[in-house]
Amino acid sequence: MQPFTTITAIAVPMHEANIDTNQLCPTRFNKVPRGPRYREILFYDSRFKPDGTPTEFMLNAAPYDQSGIIVADRNFGCGSSRETAVYALYEFGIRCVIAPSFGDIFAANCAKNGLLALTLPEEECAAIRRQLQDRPGATISVDLAAQTVTDVEGKAHHFEIHEVRKRCLLEGLDDIARTQQYAERIAGFEKNYYKDRPWLGARI
Amino acid sequence: MTGNTPQSIIEKLWNSHHILSDEGESLMYVDVALAQENTLHAFTALEKSGRKVIRPGQIFAFTDHYVPTTGRARGTDAIADTGIRNMVIDMQNMAKKYGVTLFGMAHEHQGIMHIVPPEQGIIQPGLFVIGNDSHTSTHGAFGCLAYGVGASEFAHVMATQALWQRKPKAMRITIDGDPGFGVTAKDLILALIAQIGVDGATGHAIEYAGSTIQALSMEGRMTVCNMSIEAGARVGLIAPDDKTYAWVEGRPYAPTGRAWEQALDAWRALGTDVGAKFDREVKLDATQIAPTATWGISPEHALPITGVVPDPAGIKDPQKRSEYETALEYMALRPGMALTDIRLDRVFIGSCTNARIEDLRAAAAVAQRGKAQVTTWVVPGSMAVKRQAEAEGLDQVFIKAGFEWRDPGCSMCTAINGDYLQPGERCASTSNRNFRNRQGPGGRTHLLSPAMAAAAAITGHLTDVRDLLK
Ligand code: SF4
Repeated sequence: MQPFTTITAIAVPMHEANIDTNQLCPTRFNKVPRGPRYREILFYDSRFKPDGTPTEFMLNAAPYDQSGIIVADRNFGCGSSRETAVYALYEFGIRCVIAPSFGDIFAANCAKNGLLALTLPEEECAAIRRQLQDRPGATISVDLAAQTVTDVEGKAHHFEIHEVRKRCLLEGLDDIARTQQYAERIAGFEKNYYKDRPWLGARI
Repeated sequence: MTGNTPQSIIEKLWNSHHILSDEGESLMYVDVALAQENTLHAFTALEKSGRKVIRPGQIFAFTDHYVPTTGRARGTDAIADTGIRNMVIDMQNMAKKYGVTLFGMAHEHQGIMHIVPPEQGIIQPGLFVIGNDSHTSTHGAFGCLAYGVGASEFAHVMATQALWQRKPKAMRITIDGDPGFGVTAKDLILALIAQIGVDGATGHAIEYAGSTIQALSMEGRMTVCNMSIEAGARVGLIAPDDKTYAWVEGRPYAPTGRAWEQALDAWRALGTDVGAKFDREVKLDATQIAPTATWGISPEHALPITGVVPDPAGIKDPQKRSEYETALEYMALRPGMALTDIRLDRVFIGSCTNARIEDLRAAAAVAQRGKAQVTTWVVPGSMAVKRQAEAEGLDQVFIKAGFEWRDPGCSMCTAINGDYLQPGERCASTSNRNFRNRQGPGGRTHLLSPAMAAAAAITGHLTDVRDLLK
């Protein structure tokens, strides 16, 4: 996994609440193997007409075709657990989504793929979206180690993030390797677990 | 109960699966993991890293999202689209390669990943269940902690049989009172989501309690828990009781003899202790809930069927106003029109929310009163449901009413197997998501119960099922 440390990038404001993972990656693309094709798949049904010609959706044209950050409204990434929604964001070049709240599974999926889903209060998200609206193509910066977002006007916003999520992102750490250090503890737990629950049978 | 501190069922389940804590996260032991064709992404990741599935006996794979709902006798050859066909074939091969139990396309118990495991007795009270699908919360109906996860976390479980989690906050939703005539589990959960919002339970595990929940059948409980994710919760559960045990007993994976007695003793201690604390409590009066349908593009856009399409002009909050405008534009509805005036093109009765035998019985009871006015599909949730329905003659009721009787799978719930709406088509659906394009690009979805869906089918518009059954 690519580490995430800092980013300064064009940020695209998305004013709508509840942008779900079906919109990020329409269901019929879930079968596409992970890879560059996902760049086109992101928001496919908003970006392309049924005949395949591009719409006016903002990600289709400059400056937002170069976006690295999305500033959204509440409940971004709700819905399906599909990790393909994260593949699509990632391949498009999005490394960070800022929103007042996220779908839980989506936020976890982001963290596993080097993408930072960070939470700022509703008013701060709205203020940053307004700035971006006024100055299309403006950049904002995110510093994960310092836990700050620097908005268009240079104002710093502090954000909270769980320490493990932060460390894994900063180091680009693979979760499975982390867990395997505990293999013995897991095995020990498992033995007792089944001893106390004979009805679960010999599942292992 | 440890010591004297009263515990909720959520805490009990959490503690019994907690292996260790590290940096504020908990490593949790996973009993059962459920895969579907899209889990190929997890298998591919595992394969790339050269890792193994350490407990294949605890991983179960289902072909449901991509399977066709007709022409089953021809096997995967019945799938015309190569991309779709390969998803089914590749997943079946991957499951075999890694030695996980497969309910493949030709299996006599094939069906949806949230319908088959309870049928098989794979789901039992007290388990920590994960699934590579957000509606894994369904299994909470048995008193399980059941989480939906993405591909990376699923790969992690296959490699370690454990999952890192942070303890969710606990929320109790108590529903009391006798729901009125024609009001089902689906109406309860839609009304609840309309009340608390689609992010109303984010970060929480929900325990559903109260007399209304206790009175529900296991099927109804599964419907309620299924849609917890639509309120933002990853977990929604109900303490097990005699109905739960009666459901599990005698199923293929259920314990027997002395083991059954031991299990029962343990399961009986799972319920929330009197005096246990919850971070949030919500109460709902079931007597106030009417048959419900959604009008918009989010499950919280739900109203009693007697209602009218809301008028954005009357909404003060500009954000919400524009959300409603977007929804009405997508759904092509006029503010103020009666919900019952919404004319339909299609009806879909199916999905892991509402394709169990009880759902089909409810739909058939309405279907026998008329003839389908629009194309109506009934897609049973599993082969077992299908056979049971046929044994009861429900298939004949549907066919006589002009409904199409199809083979089990997710079908038009997520429109990935080739079953989908045409752009602009409007569908009354017993599934769980009315997001834009969910049932096909440009498709429009109204969520409702099986009885309401059947009522809509025989009138051609959204209908108050109580008027038909009177
Ligand atoms: S029926 Fe729908 S919600 Fe349920 S598992 Fe299938 S696609 Fe997901």
